[in-house]
Amino acid sequence: MSPASLPSQRTGAAAPNPGPAGPGATPPTPPTQQDISAEIAAAHARAAAAVAAGAAPPDHPPRDFAPYRSSVLRHPRQSLVSVGDPEAAELRGPVFGVTDVTETDADLTRQHLGEPLGERITVSGRVTDRAGRPVRGQLVEIWQANASGRYAHQRDQHPAPLDPHFTGVGRCLTDDLGRYRFTTIKPGAYPWRNHDNAWRPAHIHFSLFGTAFTQRLVTQMYFPGDPLFPYDPILQSVTDQAARERLVAAYDHALSVPEWSLGYRWDIVLDGPAATLPDPEEGS
Amino acid sequence: MPRPTPSQTVGPFYGYALPFTDGARPAPPGHPDAITLHGVVRDGAGQPIPDALLEFWQAAPDGSLDGHPGSLRRDPVTGGFLGRDGVRFTGFARVPTDADGHWRVHTLRPPASAPYLSVCVFARGLMHHLYTRAYLAEPAADALLDALPARRRATLVARDEGAGVHRFDIHLQGEKETVFLDFAR
Ligand SMILES: [Fe+2]
Repeated sequence: MSPASLPSQRTGAAAPNPGPAGPGATPPTPPTQQDISAEIAAAHARAAAAVAAGAAPPDHPPRDFAPYRSSVLRHPRQSLVSVGDPEAAELRGPVFGVTDVTETDADLTRQHLGEPLGERITVSGRVTDRAGRPVRGQLVEIWQANASGRYAHQRDQHPAPLDPHFTGVGRCLTDDLGRYRFTTIKPGAYPWRNHDNAWRPAHIHFSLFGTAFTQRLVTQMYFPGDPLFPYDPILQSVTDQAARERLVAAYDHALSVPEWSLGYRWDIVLDGPAATLPDPEEGS
Repeated sequence: MPRPTPSQTVGPFYGYALPFTDGARPAPPGHPDAITLHGVVRDGAGQPIPDALLEFWQAAPDGSLDGHPGSLRRDPVTGGFLGRDGVRFTGFARVPTDADGHWRVHTLRPPASAPYLSVCVFARGLMHHLYTRAYLAEPAADALLDALPARRRATLVARDEGAGVHRFDIHLQGEKETVFLDFAR
């Protein structure tokens, strides 16, 4: 079954269904939430056992996390090959500047003639490297569904309304302290086809650059207290609970703007070796 | 020491957010040293992946790794993309795969000091991006390539198709699986 034949592209469904039926049999039934939740619990138990046996708690999801069905054929089986070359091009990376952003990029509620529907929010935080140093002047990109849980993307067929006043794309450059700030609306949860009755918790997609290409990060920010967390194989692909919690923003009353928007704070730490450029804050 | 923020998949809907005008064209138009690198991204069943996103980073022809701003040059009047300025080489490219999994970049040949394009692969279904390298020619000596068995080494070297066109397919899994890289901590 080709993903293009599905009425919705929110899936997942490219991976073969592991049902017992062979080719030509009746169409496989999608896994239930119960099936997926059991697989998640088993994967978490395996990860916890590895930590109990002395492994470091993993910061990132494993690439072969079968409860997220699309991962099955899209991860390498061979080990990654280590590159230790201090001259590697990857220890530096692309740079961006004032020509790469415009003033309205950081306010997703002002990119159209009218105001989008939904709960207006401010999302702000700091981008640092593993040593706690700010990542300065780097590009932060976000994209998200609208308040109804619909993306402004042709392949999103979720029958929730599009909002003519909301695209859901933002960009900014971090300041000298590594801070970013966006005004947007709170995205809605949405269904997808990983399994029967699958729903993604509300989230904002983030893309970040560090001083080195090795620090590249694409991730998703979640909202505190979302009841969909335990059901979502994408969030739960991060097997370590402390690491999962780092994907959840905090409500920050000090960031709320009176009579305007509610504030969420989300700090981001980039993994990977940083460029060894002189840094005045080094060691401070 | 702060712990890193975990990676999450780029998902299927980045298409209206991340690609940009001239994302596939870091080479200034008409540049005599421009080359084309292209290929198909495939999954473990050999099927093309229509919703992958590739990024490329490389040294400038003079060996510089400083890069330059302006990859996403914007129009302050409309907020849209103006395309690159046609003069300065930013070293950065970003290209989504087509419906048939094919992609291409028009760039400048990397220098002998770093004779490769660093490639970062994102896709729906991929939890955490993958790094690989596209070498434009077999270097005389290279610590990474020389440590690999011939069959795996070949996955990192683009095939010269003539007239400045080089082919570099990426296999996320399977018999022809591409070598993916990890950088020392
Ligand atoms: Fe999403």
